[in-house]
Amino acid sequence: MPDKRREYALNAVLALGLLLVPLWAYWAGSPFTITVFTRIAIFALAAVGLNIALGLGGMVSFGHAVYFGVGGYVAGIAAQHAFNGETFLGIAGANQMLIIWPVAMIAAGLLAAVIGAFSLRTSGIFFIMITLAFAQMVYYFAISWPTYGGEDGLPIYVRNTFPGLNTMRPWNLFILCWCLLMLAIGAFALMRASRFGAALMAIRQNPDRVAAVGISPFGIKLAAFVISAMITGLAGALMADLSRFASPAAMAWTMSGELIVIIILGGTGRLFGPVAGAAVLVGFEVIFGGMTEHWRLWLGLVLLLTVLFARGGIVTLIAGRERLG
Amino acid sequence: MADPVLSLSHLSKSFGALKATDDVSLTLMPGEIHALIGPNGAGKSTLIGQISGRIAPDAGTITFKGRDITGLSVAQRARLGLGRSFQISSLIPEYSARRNVMLGLQARQGHSFRFLKPVMRDRRLRDEAEAILTKVGLAGRASVPSAELSHGERRLLEIAVALALEPACFLLDEPMAGMGAEGVGALVDFLRSLKQQAPILLIEHDMDAVFALADRLSVLVYGRIIASGSVEEIRNDPAVREAYLGDSE
Amino acid sequence: MTAALLFEQFLNGLQFGLMLFLMSAGLTLVFGVMGLINLAHGSLFMIGAFFCAAAAGLTGNFWLGLAAGMAAAAAAGALIEVTVMRRLYTRDHLDQVLATFALILILSEGTKILFGPFPLYLDVPPLLTGTVDLGLTPYPLYRLALIVAGIGVALGLWLLIGRTRLGIRIRAGENDREMIAALGVNIRALYTVVFALGAALAGLAGALVGAVQSVQVGMGEPVLILAFVVIVIGGIGSIRGAMVGALLVGVIDTMGRFLLPQVFALFLDPSKASGAGAALASILVYLLMALILVIRPKGLFPVHA
Repeated sequence: MPDKRREYALNAVLALGLLLVPLWAYWAGSPFTITVFTRIAIFALAAVGLNIALGLGGMVSFGHAVYFGVGGYVAGIAAQHAFNGETFLGIAGANQMLIIWPVAMIAAGLLAAVIGAFSLRTSGIFFIMITLAFAQMVYYFAISWPTYGGEDGLPIYVRNTFPGLNTMRPWNLFILCWCLLMLAIGAFALMRASRFGAALMAIRQNPDRVAAVGISPFGIKLAAFVISAMITGLAGALMADLSRFASPAAMAWTMSGELIVIIILGGTGRLFGPVAGAAVLVGFEVIFGGMTEHWRLWLGLVLLLTVLFARGGIVTLIAGRERLG
Repeated sequence: MADPVLSLSHLSKSFGALKATDDVSLTLMPGEIHALIGPNGAGKSTLIGQISGRIAPDAGTITFKGRDITGLSVAQRARLGLGRSFQISSLIPEYSARRNVMLGLQARQGHSFRFLKPVMRDRRLRDEAEAILTKVGLAGRASVPSAELSHGERRLLEIAVALALEPACFLLDEPMAGMGAEGVGALVDFLRSLKQQAPILLIEHDMDAVFALADRLSVLVYGRIIASGSVEEIRNDPAVREAYLGDSE
Repeated sequence: MTAALLFEQFLNGLQFGLMLFLMSAGLTLVFGVMGLINLAHGSLFMIGAFFCAAAAGLTGNFWLGLAAGMAAAAAAGALIEVTVMRRLYTRDHLDQVLATFALILILSEGTKILFGPFPLYLDVPPLLTGTVDLGLTPYPLYRLALIVAGIGVALGLWLLIGRTRLGIRIRAGENDREMIAALGVNIRALYTVVFALGAALAGLAGALVGAVQSVQVGMGEPVLILAFVVIVIGGIGSIRGAMVGALLVGVIDTMGRFLLPQVFALFLDPSKASGAGAALASILVYLLMALILVIRPKGLFPVHA
């Protein structure tokens, strides 16, 4: 099928482009470019997570940034405790990425399990508003709780470590993020093709029909929601390491909006949609932000036009609509 | 005397002052087609809703395969073997006919929390789905997205998906709706053969089909069963003639 | 802690709740009649505040500013409805969320371009300055006026919905959109009017509140999200629910922020108490929402039961 081949080609271009441009920047000695592309990779990873809930499952989670923020806070809190020797509920701090990543994913997953248990009993506009409200709740809690920085967030003085790599070097951190992104995309592809994915995508289209064949939609949706949050949480931990700062703004509802924007710009449910969308969003800020302080106005216009007229996003524009077979 | 596969006992449901289901009792015996007829507004959808699990009755019990299912969810009842088709075709629009049936098969096998194996490469699942599609006559349209199927084809696909569940009984909600004369004829023959597999509770408006198929008939008017029996008994029942058949004759 | 202080905080909560009602009523009306979720509602609040502050600053007259603020918000609402919202009624909620999120970006930056990046200031009108002795405590006259205004708007809405032809069309539209079109009601005009009405309410709230808090870009979004909480609690589509929900949220939030640090101080040391109290107070209304959702998943007064 010509459409599929075009999509494979586009995916390859995106994956390699995301790798080769920073590589060139590494040789050319431009660490700023590497950092920009690291941000793209991290946002893409966060969006891959959301794509599971939103793209595959049709769950419009307007509070997904809370998992992004929680991941960051796990990194920040662990770093703070490692730094000053205190413990968190009896557990010592850590500054190893290989420890922090699973912990961030578990924390995000647990939070998603609780929020999902409440929210997934609703649907439609209720679900959107409730996920937004719960995310705000965690956000306000984070900025009010004084021990962990409050409004100012938590600095991470020394970037967390990864065995065998000096993570302070931009290229090294980038390649870690890129690899994790590719792994996550691979996991997404597997999930989409599996029985779980088949059930999940069916639930998006017709939950009553799925119940009528004997699959309980709630269980599948909750599992998808939790997995989705875990991947976004991992991205949050990476972002905190990149900026050496765990920021409450990462949990703000505007971030939730940006994650959904990435999905829509790239192509909802498409494999490399998050990469395309993240590239556009970050690119917009970097390129247009340099030209005018009112770049958000243009972003808003592009987004509005996309929603009204190019609903399928970049991947659909280039590779056509998806056939689920 | 065999046990009924499905049994409704004193089922009642009211919406405010409206009694949609009024003390309904009904059985579905093995190997039979039990047709439920009644004028519009008689409360058939509400009754179907209670049997399938979408609506909770105010009173009464529903017994399926000897088990009280009144408190079970829609999915739980389907897993026990209650197969149904929808009055307004309710399929997975982006999925092909084949994939819709595969979903039913997947549900039957109960393994939906599998993340690794690609489902479309599962030869056994595909072959089984195609066999079922052949049974209902849709083999040639297996790859067509269900949203692009014709109305009649979608009705057949509904039944195919129900078949995939290997149900212990079928709950068919106006399967003939909107089908042309030829389609109805083929479907009547098909349903007659289907009842050997599992009994059918058939809700239908098409009287010719009902009289051709039904072993037993029950007539629902304003939420109550006013008559129940063989086709001959119902045709000659004066209350039924007055309430329902009388107008059209 | 005295009775006077408690009463004062309660009144503050009432005032906050009533202003929240103005926001929520518009939001729930738009959703009830048009099925549209509108994130840009907060921007209309902001537009009302900005135009009021600018006009009041130019003319020196608060009341002219108020009228200008409401008019600007209503006009902006009508313009948005005709150009953007019309295309969204048949789309799914995700599209509506994204399109209105885009509108927030556009309107926020647009406001910055029009009025500059710094906050504007709006003075309380001379007629309403000073305090009033309410027996238990003196209370700012302006805030009391806000309470009265809020009650007045609620009554006006109740009359509008219950007693006028527009109200009948709105109620019918909430029940069955297709039907009223079939009955010959001019749907397009109705939708524009309803949207503009909601916008005017938001603009009014923004203009009124602008005198007690600073008028800046982004002031609308926290209020918007609270309005969402209100209509989830109250029941989407129900104005009565919006009122009950808004009062609950307003009073509980205000009293909570005041009381909780003091409650915690009873058994924690002062430094920890204020932090813990503030943290819990900030999430109190969300916990309330969660609790109500457990008992009544569709809110307190669901319209489409």
